[in-house]
Parts: sequence; structure tokens; C-alpha cells
Amino acid sequence: MSAGIGAVSMHGNRFRHNFLTALLLAPATAWLVVFLVLPFIAIAVFSVGERAPEGGYQAAFTLAQYANLPARATAFWNTMLLAPVGALACLLVAYPVAYYLALRAPQRWRLILLALVVIPFWTSLLMRTYAWMYILGGRGIPALLAFIGIEDVRLINTPGAVLLGIVYGYLPLMILPIYVSLERLDRRLLEASADLGATPLSTFLGVTLKLSLPGVMTGFSLVMILLLGEYLIPTLLGGGKVFFIGNALVDLFLQSRNWPFGSAIAITLVAVSVVVLIAANRISTRVSGARRVDLI
Amino acid sequence: MTAVPDIEFRGVTKRYGAVTAVSGIDLAVPPSAFVALLGPSGCGKTTCLRMIGGFEQPSEGQVFIRGQDMAGTPPYRRPVNMVFQQYALFPHLDVADNVSYGLRQARPRLSSREIGQRAGEALEMVRLAGYGGRKIHELSGGQQQRVALARALVNKPAVLLLDEPLAALDKKLRTDMQIELQNLQRDIGITFVLVTHDQEEALSMSDFVCVMNGGRIVQLGQPSEIYDEPADLFVADFVGKTNLLSGTVAGQSGDLVDVALADGTVIAARKRTALQKGETVSVSLRPESLSLGAAGSGPLKGIVRNRIFLGSTAEYAIEVQGIGTLLAKADHVIGHGNLFKPGEPVAIGFATGTPLAFPETKNNGTNQRVNQHVEIIS
Repeated sequence: MSAGIGAVSMHGNRFRHNFLTALLLAPATAWLVVFLVLPFIAIAVFSVGERAPEGGYQAAFTLAQYANLPARATAFWNTMLLAPVGALACLLVAYPVAYYLALRAPQRWRLILLALVVIPFWTSLLMRTYAWMYILGGRGIPALLAFIGIEDVRLINTPGAVLLGIVYGYLPLMILPIYVSLERLDRRLLEASADLGATPLSTFLGVTLKLSLPGVMTGFSLVMILLLGEYLIPTLLGGGKVFFIGNALVDLFLQSRNWPFGSAIAITLVAVSVVVLIAANRISTRVSGARRVDLI
Repeated sequence: MTAVPDIEFRGVTKRYGAVTAVSGIDLAVPPSAFVALLGPSGCGKTTCLRMIGGFEQPSEGQVFIRGQDMAGTPPYRRPVNMVFQQYALFPHLDVADNVSYGLRQARPRLSSREIGQRAGEALEMVRLAGYGGRKIHELSGGQQQRVALARALVNKPAVLLLDEPLAALDKKLRTDMQIELQNLQRDIGITFVLVTHDQEEALSMSDFVCVMNGGRIVQLGQPSEIYDEPADLFVADFVGKTNLLSGTVAGQSGDLVDVALADGTVIAARKRTALQKGETVSVSLRPESLSLGAAGSGPLKGIVRNRIFLGSTAEYAIEVQGIGTLLAKADHVIGHGNLFKPGEPVAIGFATGTPLAFPETKNNGTNQRVNQHVEIIS
């Protein structure tokens, strides 16, 4: 009898528990459905439609938009080059910084230094990119160099300027996950490696780097996915001479109003992002034995 | 000693800022010995081990390994290997790759055939043959312990360092590993240096025990010496169970002193250092050196408060008027039935020379320590 009562009240508890969980999840779920899932479905539907004569979308079922993708091949290739190269450049700069912060910096300085990495991020990327335009432009560094006799240095509107802007803009996104994975690293593993005869270099390659790979892959995929849609920095610092997918999307949705083609490009971009994430996940699981990339 | 010691400390001091962790240690470990560094936490034993491994540098003095001064030699160039506390196995490598990690670092490079063969032998030695492909997190604590041992021993070190290697294992496994470690050391014949805070572990496994306290070596000797002839009150109290009774020196005759206990009873105790008449002393009486008899047959009389029957032995907490509670341990002879019951009056006796008298230390925590034993058994 008492067991029966217990079972009923347990059932009641579980119901209340489930209800509470649903209540707490509702706002986030609603938000995602309205602003992510529905637009995504709309884009997917648009991508198999046709452009209305006066621009916009007209219902249809055709794969013509996808067949037309090669028309924007240049933008695709430029993006496919910019995203990994930019992410790689970011990684090369970020890793030593994260390494220093996590393993070498004095404990009491660590948080302050970490804050210094993050604080510039609080200003809008647009503002900071404009600042770089000025620094690299005719009245910035080239003027300073001319002052000490080095004339005709051109910095703005070069691939180098774009790369610099990208590394600068995305650095914190790369530093933080790498920092976290290095911070978590069990220091005794480094001692064990040294004890077993490994030089500092082979300890770094064989233990530190491998065990920080989940952080590296998180940072890399995060930055790379954001770079797939990047067009601001190349436009401002590269002079807008090279077109990326981002430029193509702005153009198709806002100027030429070819929504279906723009949608097809967007869907393709999402597909590429998913492939990048899966690949990053595979790599870090295989090498470090970790279950997943922290991002997803 | 003609042989070069495997490990030698000469005047080694280690300071961290204002804190002195190890102070002026001289120690020579003969070849092929099993040595335990024993002491409470913070006594400097782990610091000593880490100075042998090369993870800490002495502030003063020198550490020698097989006669070589190790000053400035990084860990990866020292002929020693360590079994770390919690093992520190590489989580991203499987068992075989963990074990062969050290072999892969060897220069000139070893052939992959030799690496595979030696790693296989090492796994066989710790009875883990066939486990090479397992992930570390798939292993039990005892298996991880054995992988850590194989990973260290496969490199054929001159000395194996063990940092509290059994602390994470349960009691049954710990006893098995104690025997296994002893056998391994005997078979391989290299020096083992074990750091532990567990006196039972130190006494049961090692050829020599080095008792440390406050960054110094208090006593170095064979386990039986440490137990039977503790150098001071700290060792007597830290190693094994003992009863400590306060008293004052009433008279002397050769090696023996007469000590007047709190209740006025005078007992003869052996002194370890010079003592003055009238000096306050602590007398150490091992529980097993006490003999219990019918009331009136010994110098001390008391009443049994608790009895813990352990099979081959029985432990008694005996309240002695004016002195406190004493712990006694008596052998149990099957069929003899001479067990004392709680509430029964008994007389406590001991052989001449078994009580040891030590100068009272400053902290005077004697009674408190006797009470601790009572807490454990009641």
C-alpha cells in the first residue's frame, strides 16, 4: 500500500519535473524556431524557386539555381581560400599567446592578460576595421615610413592587409578555446613525458599539442565558419576588388533581388560549414581521444 | 661501503621563498635497495623524490645518481623513471603506446621491432599481456597502476621512483601490489625509492626506511630497527601504534631510567638519549609488548573498556586510573579462550627494557595521542 502511494507521488514528481523543464526550455526553443528554423526552411524553399520578374521570389520547383552556382565560382573559390588561410593565420598567432597565458604567465597576471585579449572585442568590428583602414592607409604607417626615408609603401588594399584585419578581428575567438584546453591540461603529463626522456620539443609535439587539439579544432572551425560569410574586412581593407560569397549574398538579396539564387548559395554555404564541423570533430576525436569539439 | 651509491644527497636544502621544504639532507642509497621515504604530508619526502627526478633543483647541496652530479641535468637526461601519483598516463595513447613512449624517445632511434618487443615484455612483466590496444580510461585503477610501472621500467632505469603509488587503490589491491612491487624489485634488482605517508606500507615493503619530519631525516634504518628502536618520540609515535605515558625521571641505572608516572607508579624504561633526574619524559609502550594477566599480577592495573577481536589477536582498550587509556594487543590461541571481557579488571605487565623513555617534546600532545587510539578502536 505504502509502495503504491510512493509510486504515485513519484509519478507526480516526474510530471512536475518534466513540466518545469519544458517551461524553462520554451523561450529558447521558440526563439530558435522563429529566427533560425523557419528562416532556414524559407531559404530552402526559396532555393528551389524562381526569381519573380520584378525581383524576389516566385514559387516553383527547379534545381536551376543550384545548376547556376558555377556562375559565382570565383566568389566560392575566393571564400574557400580566404576561410582556411585566414583561420590558419589566426591559429598561428593565437596558439603561442594561448600557450603563454595558460602555461607560462604568472598566476596573478593570467586573468588580467586574458581580459586584455577580450576587451577590444567589446568594440564593434566595423569601428576597429575602420581604425585599421586609417593605420594602414596613406596617412598611417606609410606616412611614418616616408618620414624615415622609406617611400611608396603600399599597405591598404593588399591581401596582406586583409589577412591582418582577419587575424586581428578573430584572434580572441581562437585564443579562448585553445587557452581553455591548455589550462585543463594535466601538468603531470608534461612531467611524465620529460621523465620518460622526451625533450621539451617532443613533449610539446607529442603531448601538449595533441591534447590541446580539441581547443584548436574548436577555434579553427569557429573562425573558419565565420570567415565563410565574411565580407566586411575584405571590402574595407582589400579595396573590394576581390569578391567573396558574402559580397555575392549582399548583392543578390539587396541589389539584383535574385532571392532564389542567393538562397541556393546560402544553403551551399551551410552545407560547407557542416562539413567543416564534422571534419574538425573527426580529427580532434582521432588524435586526442576527446569525445567531441566543444563548440557543438 | 665500496659500491657507488645509486642515489646520494649531500647537504641538500630546498627552499620555496621563505619556506624551507628540505633542510640539509645527507643520504646515500646503496645499489639494489628498496628504500621508503616515510613521513607526514609536508615533511619534504616528495620534494626529495622530485629532486632525484629533476623536477626540482636543490637550493643548496648536490644530488648524485650513480656517482654523477645531477646539477643542471634536466629530467629527460636522467637515468631514472618515476611512477607518478595518480599515474599520469597519457589519455590520448593506448596502453602499448603509453608503455613504448620512453623507448620512442631514445636516441639513436630503436627499431620499431625492438620497441614492440620490449613494450610487450614489459606488459607481460606486470601481467598485462594482451592489453596493449586498450584505452587508458577502460582500465581499472590497479591495471592503470601496472601500466604506469611498465611504462617506467621498460626504459631500464638505474633507479625507479615511486610517488605514493598505492594511495589510490583499495585495501585488498594495495596488499597485492605491495607483494608484487617487492617481487618486481627483487627480480629486476634495481633500486626502488618509494615515497609514502603510510607507515605500514613503508615497513612492509622496503629494506630501508628513511623517516622524515619537518624537512629533515629523523631516522634511517631497517624496518625492524625503526619499529623497535625509534630514534625519538616522533618516530615512536608515527611508526606503528604505541602508548605514550608522561612521567618524570626518578632515578637512573645504566641504560635504564626509573620513570614515575602520573599515578605514582614507577616503571623502568630504556633511554635513547641522556636524561636528567626530574626531567619530564614520554614513555612509549607498544601495544603488543603489554602482557595482560589476572588482577594483581603486574605493575599497572586497569579495567577493560573495549575489546576488538581480530582472529589471531585481540586488541583491548584498558582504562588505567590516573594515566588514561592504554591499547594492548594479545595473541589469541585457538581453544585457549583467555579473552578478557569489557568491565573486567586486569593487570598490565611488560618485559624489562621494552618501555622506551624519550625527552618530552614541546607540543606535549601525549594524552591527546593516546586518546586518538581510543577513538579509532571505540
